Amino acid sequence: MDDFIAARSQMALSLGFHIIYSCIGMVMPVFMAISHYKWIKTKDPVYKNITIAWSKGVAIFFATGAVSGTMLSFELGLLWPGFMKHAGPIFGMPFSLEGVAFFIEAIALGFFLYGWNRLNTWFHWVTGIVVGISGIASGILVVSANSWMNSPSGFDFVNGKYLNIDPLKAMFNEAWFSESLHMTIAAFSATGFAVAGIHALMIYRNRNVHFHSKAFKIAIIFGAAAAILQPFSGDISAKGAAKRQPAKLAAMEAYFHTQPYSPLVIGGIPDTVAKRVNYGLEIPGLLSFLVHDNFKQQVNGLDKIPFKDQPPVAVTHYAFQIMVGFGMLMMLIGVLYFVALWKKKSWFDKGWFLKMFIYVTPAGFIALEAGWTVTEVGRQPWIIQGVMRTSEAVTPMPGIQYSFYLFTFIYFTLSIFVIFLLKRQIQMVPKLYDR
Amino acid sequence: MLYVVILFLFAAITLYFLLGGADFGAGIIELFTSTDNKHRTRKTSYQAIGPIWEANHMWLIITVVILFVGFPTIYSEMCIYLHIPLLIMLMGIIARGTAFAFRNYDAIKDEKTQGFYNHMFVYSSFVTPMFLGIIAGSALSGQIDPNARNFADAYIFSWLNWFSVSVGLFTVALCGFLAAIYLVGECPEVYDVKRFIRKAKAMNIAAVILGALVFVASGIEKVHLANWIFGNMISLAAVIAATLSLVLLWFIISDSKNKQWIRVLAAFQVSMILISVGHTRFPRFVIFKDGSSMSLLTDHATGKSIDDLGIGLLVGSLFILPALGYLYYSFKKKAPGQIADDH
Repeated sequence: MDDFIAARSQMALSLGFHIIYSCIGMVMPVFMAISHYKWIKTKDPVYKNITIAWSKGVAIFFATGAVSGTMLSFELGLLWPGFMKHAGPIFGMPFSLEGVAFFIEAIALGFFLYGWNRLNTWFHWVTGIVVGISGIASGILVVSANSWMNSPSGFDFVNGKYLNIDPLKAMFNEAWFSESLHMTIAAFSATGFAVAGIHALMIYRNRNVHFHSKAFKIAIIFGAAAAILQPFSGDISAKGAAKRQPAKLAAMEAYFHTQPYSPLVIGGIPDTVAKRVNYGLEIPGLLSFLVHDNFKQQVNGLDKIPFKDQPPVAVTHYAFQIMVGFGMLMMLIGVLYFVALWKKKSWFDKGWFLKMFIYVTPAGFIALEAGWTVTEVGRQPWIIQGVMRTSEAVTPMPGIQYSFYLFTFIYFTLSIFVIFLLKRQIQMVPKLYDR
Repeated sequence: MLYVVILFLFAAITLYFLLGGADFGAGIIELFTSTDNKHRTRKTSYQAIGPIWEANHMWLIITVVILFVGFPTIYSEMCIYLHIPLLIMLMGIIARGTAFAFRNYDAIKDEKTQGFYNHMFVYSSFVTPMFLGIIAGSALSGQIDPNARNFADAYIFSWLNWFSVSVGLFTVALCGFLAAIYLVGECPEVYDVKRFIRKAKAMNIAAVILGALVFVASGIEKVHLANWIFGNMISLAAVIAATLSLVLLWFIISDSKNKQWIRVLAAFQVSMILISVGHTRFPRFVIFKDGSSMSLLTDHATGKSIDDLGIGLLVGSLFILPALGYLYYSFKKKAPGQIADDH
């Protein structure tokens, strides 16, 4: 394997796993705090049990998220020293602040996990809230660092030199809001659906139905609401990409030829040699409408971009289709949930209704991974859009493929462990929490 | 503002060494505990580090962030030439962090899986500080060679040399020493107190021997460590202060009333060692084979990045330090032994 491809694969793998751990680690504390609040208010012990059960999940995911995040902070330098040498001082601001937020999260988590029966009830509750808030803040900060790579600002690039650096301007680059918003909502919908799906499975199997029903409800309300909001934030993101990264947008849509009444292509197999999409469903004018709010105005296609500056079209297009597809599915199920909640309470006892949530347990995370694939692959061949190529940033050390194999092994083992531990947590619910 | 950032960098490294080190040390102590007592050690260290271990390791993140924002050339050069030891250290961090979390949060505590987590925990607790020491040693050893022509010279002998490895072992002994001293104050039973005092003494002897080995190795590798340290007043004074505090520590360690004092002395001793070495080479952070070096005073990011980083660190510490202080306070004022079965 080529060193450059190995370095990219290792980075993709590390990010891919870290994203799952960290999303769960930042959203679960919010669920935990809601359930904790309900316990304090209603004194119904089932809420306390849910809080404790979830807090153990949070501890596991926080630990794996923290170590995989530590790895990433080193991998940025280990794999991309050429990038970090120049980018570090420019986009370091959100990372420094993230360090602070993460530190606060670790402190608050220490209080929360070990604070049962030792701290004042409300102080204890607040520490849980702080875990959630600082976790979300960390996520937003890291994503804004990534958004700088898509929409670099806060410096002048003159003759290969990075001058007049302004870290605050770099942090609040044009893409930071849309990207952070999209990601935060995605974290809620993915985690909400995943957690709800597991509890739905337990209800379906008729185990501790009271416990799991309450847990299901907290998780799915967040998941469903986020899934319904997500398309709106996606629209903001796509308009931003059209403006700042036309190559990315064109690759997402596999849109080769610039034309008025630009069509939206759904599905299909892009043929990059013949520059067309086979078997896709083409809706004329829809892409124009989504980008410019009118059906006629043309959107720039891949033909406007020099070949050497184009991202891999097929991967970006497929990933985008997967993200949108699963996103729509979740939105639909989210709507059905609210219909059930307000009008059709009887659905909750129906097998098909529960099965639906069981089947979509991983959907949010699939969409999330696909979305990150769009962001990262769609930015190629650039590591800093329009400024530095990924190939200029890679480490000179040969033999990166061995490090890639090692990381692959570690991440898969780690994930198997996490799944194993969660399974045992769930298995023990009747013993620990049925009193 | 540059000096503020440098101060934070040294503070973060020192705190990581003291707090993270004591934390690694808990695993090292467990590794060197007889099978009969392993369970007791495990219980004590869980109570002692459970609530605070995640926070202790944040100092490493702070260190890395300061390096890549404030001193990007230093960070990227270290990442290139010390890729392999950094990678091994990362493996250690992963194995250790997850093993500690897994063994406490596995809902079913059967012997087989717990045994597996324990193994993972103790060995990674040894390997991680060892490689942290190797990395620190390599930065000073002058074996990093940007002009190297082959893989081994550039990426292996940059860190695999007698000096770096002996610094690694020395670091392990210091971590074990810090942990033993820390645990002395954490256990309610006299039996354990005596055990940890013995461990502290053993680790201290090991540290002194390995410290001597560092000097021997520096001779082999032609690192002029003795000249550096004994050649300037501040480093010399720091070494003498460390030695005196060591003598004092041995005198008072057996008296259980001195729990807080021995901690202060141990922390003082280790900080003095860091100050001694840090001062002698300051502002050089990485020294290359051809004698050139990268300096904190010249190889830093330009104006505004440093200013903003300094402000960020100052403001951040306003949030972090009180919260961290309260965390330590909250879990120290209660009698040890309460944490174990609460949840």
